[in-house]
Amino acid sequence: MLLENTLTQLHAQLKSRQISAGDLLNECFDHIDKADSGLNVFITHTDRQKLLETAQKTKINSLLSGIPYVLKDAYNTLGLPTTAGSNVLKNYISPYSATLVNRLNKAGSLLLGKTNQDAWGHGASTENTDYGPTLNPWDQTRVAGGSTGGVAAALATRMACYGIGEDTGGSIRNPAGWCGISGLKVTYGRVSRYGAIAYASSLDTMGPMARSVEDLAAILSTIAGQDPYDATSSPQPVPDYLSKISLGIKGKIIGIPKEYYSEGLDPEIKKIIGEAVKVFEQLGAKIDDQISLPSLKYGVAVYYILAPSETSSNLARYDGIRYGQDRSNFTFETRRRIMIGTYALSSGYYDAYYKKAQQARTLIIKEFKQAFSKCDFLLCPISATPATKLGELITDPVKNMLSDIYTVATNTAGIPSLAIPCGFTKTGLPVGMQLQGPMFSEAELFKAGYAYQQVTNWHHAQPNI
Amino acid sequence: MDVAYVAKLANLPLNPGEEAKFQKQFEETLKTIAVINELDTLGIEPTSQVTGLVNIVRQDVVDPSRILPPPKSNNGYFTVPSIFDAS
Repeated sequence: MLLENTLTQLHAQLKSRQISAGDLLNECFDHIDKADSGLNVFITHTDRQKLLETAQKTKINSLLSGIPYVLKDAYNTLGLPTTAGSNVLKNYISPYSATLVNRLNKAGSLLLGKTNQDAWGHGASTENTDYGPTLNPWDQTRVAGGSTGGVAAALATRMACYGIGEDTGGSIRNPAGWCGISGLKVTYGRVSRYGAIAYASSLDTMGPMARSVEDLAAILSTIAGQDPYDATSSPQPVPDYLSKISLGIKGKIIGIPKEYYSEGLDPEIKKIIGEAVKVFEQLGAKIDDQISLPSLKYGVAVYYILAPSETSSNLARYDGIRYGQDRSNFTFETRRRIMIGTYALSSGYYDAYYKKAQQARTLIIKEFKQAFSKCDFLLCPISATPATKLGELITDPVKNMLSDIYTVATNTAGIPSLAIPCGFTKTGLPVGMQLQGPMFSEAELFKAGYAYQQVTNWHHAQPNI
Repeated sequence: MDVAYVAKLANLPLNPGEEAKFQKQFEETLKTIAVINELDTLGIEPTSQVTGLVNIVRQDVVDPSRILPPPKSNNGYFTVPSIFDAS
């Protein structure tokens, strides 16, 4: 199967004309025809005839040229509807494309379509969507995770070579873990947010998802970098992420923060990550299991004040007057988050909630800095449980919030985190782990993830569809 | 929390029966969030964004290649569907 190849391998085959971009598209179309309607991955498909015509004219001059990809439906695309998973933007066609979309299209990638998500990013299961839940390809009684469930399910079933997700509180890492694929939450500001439908502006990050760390590095090299249209995008130069990716991690210190492995974490997941720790030791890393991150206790509270507050502001523009449908089209869960945010920002409550959360944020950032003075990476679980059953999270807001417990602090601090598969439960559900690093340490994270994937096969596994 | 009041502030409609459901969920949510009061934040500066960037500006120039062509116009005015009945 062509799609089992890495981007580097596909590039070589495309360049030497062993295969054509049309061949890649046709393989994607086959997989989409087979599995999309059952799993409910796509919201909008690009016209196939147009794609094949574009493929014929595409020059293969970069690693992403001729490569089919998918976008979480949170990215504005000129000419193709953008819904953010909500009826408020049903059939909405944006007059411009997001910066990262322009960069990917300029590099010659071929957009297959827009995929399902929790509306506006509000969720961890792709159930808070007006387009029906996306099912987990490994067990269709369970969710694909969220909010970037569509991309994760598409990649697990080989419907595309890569995708772009969005991570505000874990929305790339959670579905990557539950669907058995790789994903990167970038440093805040590493990738332009211009043209992405905002959830929480101080937390939102745009990041690649693919079936290997190597591919993530190739994609990031194209989408990262300062954008004059996004004042929060970083002027830090973009390294060539692939060039040193195979240098290994001898002597690097991996911290295992105690609080992330205590009660609440499924013991099977704990054991599986324990095996991964042994692999990292065999690769030459040193382990520090004395690292402590007590702020884990406050992470959910801080995030569930900051994010709803910021979303209540960002979603105020959807008035149904200038474009889109009216506000009665927001789901119950979205209206809940908007109202929590409105309340936390309202007169008399602002200091106790939003300001307090901003102060807690300063403490969380400080705590991560202290941890990184002792270690190079932090290895943590992504989720406390494997993929949940349909209906489990969406009906229980507190359970829903707590499911983000291991991922929200990352966004609060703005640091990057690499999510990679590390095993399966006895019942065949994927388990992922995340490697967190200091700001702008993506190149180092890639080295660690790449080294792990050279000696393990979890990222090659494929569900039976 | 006064659900009806907050819904009004947020310009969100409430369907019949939802107010009670929201009320219950808000109570549970606020209880979960209340743990933040245990943190000693006396004298701690709030962080509103993590980039450390300040006063980032750019040239005020439009890139016409990135947007759709403008709507139909007639003599400097945009042409739009009629609002009033022709009769």
